[in-house]
Amino acid sequence: MANFYTDNPSLKHHLHHPLMKRIVELKERNYTDKDKFDYAPIDFEDAMDSYDKVLEIVGKICGEIIAPNAESVDHEGPTVADGRVTYARGTQENLDAVRKAGLMGIALPRRYNGLNFPIVPYMMAADLVSRADAGFENLWGLQDCAETLYEFGNEDQRQRFITRVCDGETMSMDLTEPDAGSDLQSVMLKATYNEADGYWYLNGVKRFITNGDADIHLVLARSEEGTRDGRGLSMFIYDKKDGGVTVRRIENKLGIKGSPTCELVYRNARAELCGDRKLGLIKYVMVLMNSARLGITAQAVGLSESAYREAYSYATERKQFGKAIIEFPAVYEMIALIRAKTDASRTLLYETARFVDIYKALEDISKERKLTPEERQEMKKYAKLADAFTPIGKAMATEFANQNTYDTIQIHGGSGFMKDYACERLYRDARITNIYEGTTQLQVVAAIRHVTTGTYLAKIREYEGLAYKPELDDLKKKLITMTDQYEKVVTLVTETRDNEYIDFHARRMVEAAAHCVIGHLLLQDTTVDESFRRSAEVYINYAQAEVKKIESYITSFDREDLGYFKPH
Amino acid sequence: MSLKIIVLAKQVPDTRNVGKDAMKADGTVNRAALPAIFNPEDLNALEQALRLKDTYPGTTVTLVTMGPVRAAEIIREGLYRGADGGYLLTDRAFAGSDTLATSYAISMAIRKIKDYDLIICGRQAIDGDTAQVGPQVAEKLGINQVTYAEEIRKVEDGKITIKRRLERGIEVVETQLPLVATVNSSAPECRPRNARFVQKYKHAKTVTEKQEADTDYTELYDIRPYLSLVEWSVTDVQADTQWCGLSGSPTKVKKIENVIFQAKESKTLQPTDGEIDELMKELIANHTIG
Repeated sequence: MANFYTDNPSLKHHLHHPLMKRIVELKERNYTDKDKFDYAPIDFEDAMDSYDKVLEIVGKICGEIIAPNAESVDHEGPTVADGRVTYARGTQENLDAVRKAGLMGIALPRRYNGLNFPIVPYMMAADLVSRADAGFENLWGLQDCAETLYEFGNEDQRQRFITRVCDGETMSMDLTEPDAGSDLQSVMLKATYNEADGYWYLNGVKRFITNGDADIHLVLARSEEGTRDGRGLSMFIYDKKDGGVTVRRIENKLGIKGSPTCELVYRNARAELCGDRKLGLIKYVMVLMNSARLGITAQAVGLSESAYREAYSYATERKQFGKAIIEFPAVYEMIALIRAKTDASRTLLYETARFVDIYKALEDISKERKLTPEERQEMKKYAKLADAFTPIGKAMATEFANQNTYDTIQIHGGSGFMKDYACERLYRDARITNIYEGTTQLQVVAAIRHVTTGTYLAKIREYEGLAYKPELDDLKKKLITMTDQYEKVVTLVTETRDNEYIDFHARRMVEAAAHCVIGHLLLQDTTVDESFRRSAEVYINYAQAEVKKIESYITSFDREDLGYFKPH
Repeated sequence: MSLKIIVLAKQVPDTRNVGKDAMKADGTVNRAALPAIFNPEDLNALEQALRLKDTYPGTTVTLVTMGPVRAAEIIREGLYRGADGGYLLTDRAFAGSDTLATSYAISMAIRKIKDYDLIICGRQAIDGDTAQVGPQVAEKLGINQVTYAEEIRKVEDGKITIKRRLERGIEVVETQLPLVATVNSSAPECRPRNARFVQKYKHAKTVTEKQEADTDYTELYDIRPYLSLVEWSVTDVQADTQWCGLSGSPTKVKKIENVIFQAKESKTLQPTDGEIDELMKELIANHTIG
């Protein structure tokens, strides 16, 4: 009778962050929905209580249905026949359960039958689902697409499609093509407008489409004939009921095997334009990707949590040389680090989610009324923070998930290499997280301007002004030293004004910034709840050495040596 | 076509996870040490009712439960999963009821509800394992009963088709409404709580609960009448107190024994065909098998 929410108090801790008061008040428009909807909250406490109760439902379904199904889903996987996908038995059971529990459309407005939850509790649900089965999170998490549809679709489209998603229909975002992966500007799928019926018709091929046989698709296609770059792309909505898209094959993947990754063929598939022409990639997909990146961060956090639990329980039960292997420093160090990196990823996830929440809520309000100058300032501030934190969150959490699942296999020794234990599945599932929705390298590209323009540094210095528990002073001092080192290397690299050189050290600088940010967040957590103390100590000691290494590498690096790295 | 369904449900101590202090020295159940849960087979029954509601729009599902005030939790659990309302029978005069007194009280409540097509309940509760209340309610109401139901297949023109799971197979029966059906644990598990219903009904309380709790949401009960759960006393259901509670309960627990299974004698066999053949004959002769 496992409940993944109630057995993990750190979620409740993050849910009750002081900033939630502002988030909920914005999201609930001062609780005016209560007169229109019988499930809308009366006040702040009531809303928080609702999040808590709904997360309890998610935790129960995760513990009792999704997690027990994970192994069979991984073995069976989905199948394709006659152009249509059939999910594994367990996947179907999971979907039925989340539908019946009303867990689709969590973050969507109530007027479309959504739950109108902020991003924070929504990401908590994603964190829980991913701990149970990271592959299932892909299907469930694609409800993100409905948010994009909400942001950019017209009212008629919202009414027709979002309500269906809230009722349990699934979505997909069809972006990638054989020749357009990280470089989406090269998308070639052709959209042709038909004057006679006012619809668009899509022709071409998409590849690597998660849940490609979904009920409702968002499709990136070339609407402007003769163009070759991103400015010729628009976003379309394709409804499976209209037909015209078939699944040619599904990929045989290393991990997240329960989630069907499809190659799609569009043959005169009728579609409708979402938003304005030509803004498909340059505006809409960018927004879609940012929210999807946060989802992948949550997926990585859930995987790390699961890895920690597998590692800990194996190491306490397995005896060698007359004692449990967790008694050995070599093993307990790994376990303490997995715990610390998991707590680190999670605290960064929810800090980012809070930033996203505030700016998205204000942005949404701005469609209803003019924002006050203070609100506009607030929105700008949090939009910038969200933009800065989303890529470091994804980069750090997904790299940590890989390290954590790798170490978990190591702790299992030879047994971990066998299919008998869950850790090998976690390891395979984690491997995609730092690749899709933008590789770590691309997250660095998104983050580097916040290094060079000082967004991170300013935020870290702001954290330094917060009052932590006095016993954390030593750790805080370490963080200040780390931040000084970070500031030093950034100056050193950027003053060269050599873009290639900046790109070369970009990842190191971004990581150093992330270590300082995470260190502060863990001190904030520990100030509220002593149970984070160990992770704060372990993480900051680890991060201190990492930042020192980065500093040492960069300060002793001779720019001329870049030549040795370049291809001939 | 729509149906009016009543689901009988009981709050029981969770005897599936029994700790060392589960029983008191006098042999009665230590309810304080065991978490109170929705009787598992009653959840199976609720799922059957909710499936009928999915199939036949307009169908209503009403819970009836008897117990102390905290048993109102059973009604809320039902509402969280899609039921429409419920009644809590609670009164000191109901305390100490055996199955006869319980089924009397429940049948009186159902008479008061009056309008129903189908009553569904679990086969038995895990605290008593009697499986008597369902059939007794049917008898007292003078209506048909189908026990050991696994699946209610369809309802058509006042006729209901039910698949029964029996010890030696399955049986599909058709009968007239109204009816009492008792559901086995082999029936599908109950659906999870629904996020919208939980938010809608989480403040639902009975009169006594409202008095006991210092709730901040008092004004809410005027605006949302469905948040006031109905409590019925002996007088409300016009029950005769002599048939209720202890006075209406002929069952008396005389003695409780702890039974510990122990192998008293054992026998070692050689793994030869001959010895196994001997053992088979012996077991058949003393009717252990065959």
